[in-house]
Amino acid sequence: MPVYRWNILDFERLKMKKPFDLHADYQPESFAFTKAYQKKAAELIALYPPGRQQSAVMPLLDLAQRQVGEEGAKADPPYGGWISRAAMDTIAEQLGMEKIKVYEVASFYSMYNMAPVGKYLVQLCTTTPCWLCGSDDVVKTCKKHLGIGLGETTKDGKFTLMEVECLGACVNAPMVQINDDYFEDLTSETMKEILELLSEDMKPKVGSQRGRKGSMALSGPTSLEDRAKKAGVA
Amino acid sequence: MLNDEDRIFTNLYGWEDFGLTAAKKRGDWDGTKDIIKKGREWIIDEMKASGLRGRGGAGFPTGMKWSFMPKESDGRPHYLVINADESEPGTCKDREIMRYDPHKLVEGALIAGFAMGAHAAYIYIRGEFYNEGSNLWKAVHEAYDAGLLGKNAAGSGWDFDIIVHRGAGAYICGEETALIESLEGKKGQPRNKPPFPAMAGLYSCPTTVNNVETIAVAPTILRRGAPWFAGLGLNEKNAGTKLFCISGHVNQPCNVEEEMGISLKELIEKHCGGVRGGWDNLKAVIPGGSSTPMLPKEVCDSVHMDFDSLREEGTGLGTAGVIVMDKSTDLIYAICRLSQFYMHESCGQCTPCREGTGWLWRVMRRMVAGNATVEEIDMLHEVTKEIEGHTICALGDAAAWPIQGLIRHFRPEMEQRIMEYRKAAA
Repeated sequence: MPVYRWNILDFERLKMKKPFDLHADYQPESFAFTKAYQKKAAELIALYPPGRQQSAVMPLLDLAQRQVGEEGAKADPPYGGWISRAAMDTIAEQLGMEKIKVYEVASFYSMYNMAPVGKYLVQLCTTTPCWLCGSDDVVKTCKKHLGIGLGETTKDGKFTLMEVECLGACVNAPMVQINDDYFEDLTSETMKEILELLSEDMKPKVGSQRGRKGSMALSGPTSLEDRAKKAGVA
Repeated sequence: MLNDEDRIFTNLYGWEDFGLTAAKKRGDWDGTKDIIKKGREWIIDEMKASGLRGRGGAGFPTGMKWSFMPKESDGRPHYLVINADESEPGTCKDREIMRYDPHKLVEGALIAGFAMGAHAAYIYIRGEFYNEGSNLWKAVHEAYDAGLLGKNAAGSGWDFDIIVHRGAGAYICGEETALIESLEGKKGQPRNKPPFPAMAGLYSCPTTVNNVETIAVAPTILRRGAPWFAGLGLNEKNAGTKLFCISGHVNQPCNVEEEMGISLKELIEKHCGGVRGGWDNLKAVIPGGSSTPMLPKEVCDSVHMDFDSLREEGTGLGTAGVIVMDKSTDLIYAICRLSQFYMHESCGQCTPCREGTGWLWRVMRRMVAGNATVEEIDMLHEVTKEIEGHTICALGDAAAWPIQGLIRHFRPEMEQRIMEYRKAAA
């Protein structure tokens, strides 16, 4: 009898979006865009036709998350970008939307963190193409190395582990996204190295960890060989 | 095998710079003005003659789709919306276009926009593609600076703007009406059709939604002529070239542009170094992204990769995201993981999908362990049939098909799992 990887009562895998509470103690009293972010917000709103400023709600939520993330990266202990209730209220007012409409949007999309996260948000892809190429090992390595489970944050506030659905880099599986960057073609060893570098706030190499360019076959190009030679690839 | 001179995406692997100068060297933005000067009718007729079918999954003829836009504006602006919300498991082709060859997309947007009377295009890129989105924005700004966008774009006399809109992680926003809702600043829940977007789409204005690859190949087709594109591929209904993404148990997973209708075996052997452990070690292939039912090895031996050949086998070309699985694969788990994907991505609007995808996943989990009865396989199949076709959008269908494919081809394996579980329990 083969050993299957799930206990029927293991619901850890259901917590893809962190649970959140709009009345929790961690919610700050207020939120305001800084001058620089206020300028960016105005630029983004101007991209949409007059009277259609609601279209800017997603870009503005993203800005709010980025601003908090920028502040959090310098804080001690550090934290990552997330969206507080106060931020959503500010955005609702700025765009002339009802608050609930902003809450709806923020809670619908998986990239908005509605509760505090670590400075480095490690999003592990475990959908079938990544799973076929060994994402289970990558998940195991992360859990063991950081000593936390999925959906949890390390005590020093540096890392949050999260399982996500397909991130669209299947040819370079298995892969993880950490903040804005993709790390591809991972093994347990390279995953560990990346986490070690990040824990010292150094910058690991982004992209393929097996040294291939983009999604070309690892052993070299199977088409466009002339161009590859000209570009010095093969 | 496709000749290099017939390849459209010559910087697919990012060997060269993605910027405007390098893109022009690759032939982009060459004579864009002259193409536009030939007029809307000519462009649409040429697209129809080329036989290009939408590259986003459904394979709807592109020229025909463009022709659905009203000929004259009734006062409402027209919009072109480009679907760059690439999230189908197994698919990663649009990402390569946007990060390494974005000018193909930008130029295509101008031409397509002109052909449908639109002065603005919104490119909806999935939020996770942050760096890819930055490259795309850079390309758009370069085009503005060079006079290729904005007022009198590329000297054509047509005003055109492109706006890159970043999503935030929702597979459902790849569905065209959900994408429009999301662009309007709402939850991405699909709309009922009709009205179709060509009548009332973005901001209730006439809108056409196209995939990135569809738009990006348009300028090259118009430059080289419809007969060139129509001459490639298996037949006139399955013409041209296509980006294939081959992932999973192959020796060298890669993206590659190939002729439509290439045999699956040739695709895997020529470009991916074969199946891990040799062709005979192949168990099954999901041919077109997670939504398409899988094919067992016997079919893979001879099947061709195009819309109609795959439809005859009860599956589809979809996005051409080929997921290869060798004999070591627990197929039941592979499909169960996809069920989890669809459960997570269901928007929650229609009951059969919202409740059904969760139900499918819970039963599939028991199937993985074997903790089920043989009759439950029939019930599972029946429930997928109840979900299919009973929802506003195709996500319900997409959740049902992989399981139907599993039961169709690998039912004995599911039954064996159940027997093993019983034996161990007894």
